[in-house]
Amino acid sequence: MERNLMKGNEALAEAAIRAGCKCFFGYPITPQTELSAYMAKRMEKAGGVFLQAESEIAAINMVLGAAATGVRAMTSSSSPGISLKSEGISYIAGSDLPCVIINVQRGGPGLGGIQPSQADYWQATKALGHGDFHLLVYAPASVQEMINMLTKAFDLADEYRMPAMILADGLLGQMMEPVTFPEIKANVVEKPWATNGHQFKRKHNIVNSLYLQPDGLQKTVQDRFVRYEDIKKKHSEAELYKTEDADIVVVAYGATARVAKSAVNKAREAGIKAGLIRPMTLWPFPEKQIVEGTKAASDVLVVEMSMGQMVDDVKLSLECSKPVHFFGRTGGVIPKPTEIFDEIIKIGGAK
Amino acid sequence: MNEEIILAGFGGQGILFAGKVLAYCGLIDEKEVSWLPSYGPEMRGGTANCSVCVSDEPIGSPLVLNPSLMLAMNLPSYDKFINSVKPGGKAFIDSTMVEEKSDRTDIDCFYISATQLATDNELNGMANIILLGKMIKETSLFSLETVRKAMEKSIPPRKANMLDLNMKAIEIGMNY
Repeated sequence: MERNLMKGNEALAEAAIRAGCKCFFGYPITPQTELSAYMAKRMEKAGGVFLQAESEIAAINMVLGAAATGVRAMTSSSSPGISLKSEGISYIAGSDLPCVIINVQRGGPGLGGIQPSQADYWQATKALGHGDFHLLVYAPASVQEMINMLTKAFDLADEYRMPAMILADGLLGQMMEPVTFPEIKANVVEKPWATNGHQFKRKHNIVNSLYLQPDGLQKTVQDRFVRYEDIKKKHSEAELYKTEDADIVVVAYGATARVAKSAVNKAREAGIKAGLIRPMTLWPFPEKQIVEGTKAASDVLVVEMSMGQMVDDVKLSLECSKPVHFFGRTGGVIPKPTEIFDEIIKIGGAK
Repeated sequence: MNEEIILAGFGGQGILFAGKVLAYCGLIDEKEVSWLPSYGPEMRGGTANCSVCVSDEPIGSPLVLNPSLMLAMNLPSYDKFINSVKPGGKAFIDSTMVEEKSDRTDIDCFYISATQLATDNELNGMANIILLGKMIKETSLFSLETVRKAMEKSIPPRKANMLDLNMKAIEIGMNY
């Protein structure tokens, strides 16, 4: 298969088209804009709809509308824009609609900056809007993985009737790497619930997130959580790297995991048994893999481009069974391999 | 092979393009590669730079902090990166734009009057490629054949007529 160089943002767009995405509703924001630009160029030729909405809020509600008709729909933005979309995302979850949302994170809070960040972890995994709900959250660490995860995100979103998010960051969105596009077999999921034209051949469908009877609403939420349990069992993913004999295990996702891997390799060269766990799904969080990968370890070090968000989930997974340390950079500052290496030494040296 | 390269200059000097050609060279020779631009307001007339990694191994952090090779096309870039070059590394400096000389003895500095050479050879705007030619000559990273293929991939079809001019610029750099 031919390898080509592609920017992360463009690869996400191309992968979406190949996965059968028929509607893209966007609004420009750095560092995600190339994705919209690519869609503007390619979508029409691919037989789909590209629309630059008047705002992020409009774009996400267009996704709701398109998804309700049963087509694969997507929107993308970066941190402040995702906050604007949160109301619509809650409505999409409440309406049991599948879609894909891309967040190419930048520094926050507020307008923040435009450099890479991972400070939207809590938002993506805990509360992307009001109400009891979850999104599937994928965390790619390379441009190739962006392609692979996007296809999977659409498939699982359809299967479980829920929104899925690709949580990337400015570094992954902007960088170019070699990619190949595998022959994508888009899972065709029957959508008997879709509100499309049927010429009176069946009872009409309703897509809605309003349930005024508490017991009725409770039931829809509880039903959703039954599906969430199934997802937790089947679909959490993580990469375990040199963890079998590791005394110190670093946990990092996305772009940070690449930096952490360099640090782990450097530590190994220095004779320190270090390993890396890289969560690939953030919701469901790979709890089992965290426990499995830290079996031999005395200490765990979580590294993030934030003040420490995923570290909570690592602690919960380990149930206080071993010390969990944290090192973070924030505001658009990317941690250096040497900084992470120094942290590993600091923890190892305390022994 | 494990090269970490920084290319830097003003926006508009073709820094990102030169980096892209290098990345494609690596791709064609079946290496692992990454290309990461500085993005945002600095691209509009300010300083632009990009990090390129070419390696036999999978690339960790694509952000280059201590380059083994550095290409600088203006004074701010030279000032910013000259001291970050790894000992034993090489720096390629457009001496038309940068009058300073480095006093570092642990790296090899090549001063090429690339912008002047481009003007003299009616290759305006190709000082970046002249410098790239010199880098390829001094490092033997890639064959001329690989560079030509990389150029074909990097130049958009509507500008195909630029291919020979770019290759001429490579040769000028190599023969400097």
